[in-house]
Amino acid sequence: MPGSLSKDAITIILVTAILTWVMPLIISTYTLTVLIVYGMLGLSLGLIWGFGGILCFGQAAFFGLGAYTYAIAAINIGESTVPMILAVLVPAVFAALLGAMMFYGRLTDVYLGVITLVVTLILFKFINSTAGPQYVIGDARLGGFNGIPGFQTLNIPGRPDDYIWGDSYFYVCAILLALVFFLVSALLRSSFGRVAVGIRENETRISLMGYDVRARKTVLFAAGAAIAGLAGALFANWSEIVTPSLFSLGQSAEIIIWCIVGGLGTRFGPVLGAAGLAYLKFLLGQQTMIDNTLITGLILVLFVLFLPRGIVPALASLWKVSFGRRPLGRIPQHRRMRNRERING
Amino acid sequence: MAEVVLETHGLTMRFGGVVASNNVDFKLRARELRCLIGPNGAGKSTFFKCVTGLQTPTEGEVIMRGVETTHWMPHQIASLGVGIKTQTPNVMDSLSVFENIWLAARRFHAPRNANRKTQEIIERLALGSIARADLGQLAHGERQRVELGLVAVGDPWLVLLDEPAAGMSAEDVERMTEIIHELNKTAAIIIVEHDMQFIRSIAEMVTVFHQGKVLMEDHVDRVMSDPTVRNVYLGKKA
Repeated sequence: MPGSLSKDAITIILVTAILTWVMPLIISTYTLTVLIVYGMLGLSLGLIWGFGGILCFGQAAFFGLGAYTYAIAAINIGESTVPMILAVLVPAVFAALLGAMMFYGRLTDVYLGVITLVVTLILFKFINSTAGPQYVIGDARLGGFNGIPGFQTLNIPGRPDDYIWGDSYFYVCAILLALVFFLVSALLRSSFGRVAVGIRENETRISLMGYDVRARKTVLFAAGAAIAGLAGALFANWSEIVTPSLFSLGQSAEIIIWCIVGGLGTRFGPVLGAAGLAYLKFLLGQQTMIDNTLITGLILVLFVLFLPRGIVPALASLWKVSFGRRPLGRIPQHRRMRNRERING
Repeated sequence: MAEVVLETHGLTMRFGGVVASNNVDFKLRARELRCLIGPNGAGKSTFFKCVTGLQTPTEGEVIMRGVETTHWMPHQIASLGVGIKTQTPNVMDSLSVFENIWLAARRFHAPRNANRKTQEIIERLALGSIARADLGQLAHGERQRVELGLVAVGDPWLVLLDEPAAGMSAEDVERMTEIIHELNKTAAIIIVEHDMQFIRSIAEMVTVFHQGKVLMEDHVDRVMSDPTVRNVYLGKKA
């Protein structure tokens, strides 16, 4: 990655400031809040898939786990600070255990996809079947397919009666997303992140260099789950109810589509893909002529066919072609063609 | 005599009914350069994989500098200071030459030192002009050179190379030979190779594999003139 971390920080602050100022003029903050939450969820998969090469079909599992952890803890504790922390920790620990099992078991990518998918299904089925009164954790009833409503929402730390909601909740979410984005940038610039990208490129080579690939993948997987968990907790606070549909396969598939459309291997791509597609879904949800999922599917197919690297990488190369530095003036057309042939060949 | 850095006792590898490596006893001393030759299916590569931990032998043991490493994982063996280059190029294609070598350097050095070591290797291997290019766009010879660079940057005391000269031009091979000789000043080297031309130019001691066993072990000149070895290579019954 070019540039430095402090440059990243300045860019992130500027972009966040401009977006949080401009966007509410166009879209209501209530809708924007959930777009931010989805952006964070997209970023969580973008990190482990785009930079670590771990294709997880069950990112929704960690999202839902974060949301449920928050709801259950908030009912039992009645103040939101500890539940927020738990909502990050529980999915991270769960992912670390699951990841250790998969990576130390030397499972290949396909089986990894199957296992993460199945884990999501198991959680979905399990939570769906907890309607009876015997399913309680402390004071919280799991509530089956009805979910858990009526838990304490986010408050100013230490003051349970001062709720953060409406516009201020939007700003909290925006700042948290910026913070997570910065942490992801820092992680990717660190040696750990650079080795993770190496693992994505060639696992055998990295292990022949003397790095323990299994441990590193497990840690990265857990980091992705922690971000998804935080997004889940923020989602729970926004919707004020958690339901099993958070764990659904549709949700998992959507996250993958966000990443593909936005652009894998970039930090901003998955955030943009998530927010963009979620907003589109929101708009399409207001009409009844065309089915929503049909459009999402169509977009995915079109992107895979015509823009397989996603929006952000495509824009980046367009930028390079039009404004990038050219050391020796304009490259003659025939030479550029030759270069392209070499890349393809 | 220098100390023994690599030893195998009765190394055997079976794949179902096929014995790919049969009771191999092998010894390598510090700063020795050894070539492993033999016809296809002689068990050279299997032996190589067993030593590097890419495969676990069915029987026997591998000892490196007095430590038994038989059931170790490749990353544990590499962490001892063993540099490994596999038969097919194993590099990170969408990363730059610098990043590839840096990642190897970082394993044994703090970030600042890793930057310095990487620069050193890039200069030593004359990769300066392509240091920022993505590896996927480079020619085969250059990629091989980079892979040798990321083996060298870890300052290994034992280097295992599987067919380093495969598919390279004469000029590239010459450069590769130079690099190997330089590495050999500090490290013991095992080269698995087919190319007799290359072996003649570089080897001293040669171990000949045939049907999973060590057929003979001697100086390159004597091996080349040995009638049994000639028969093995020409496919006649010895």
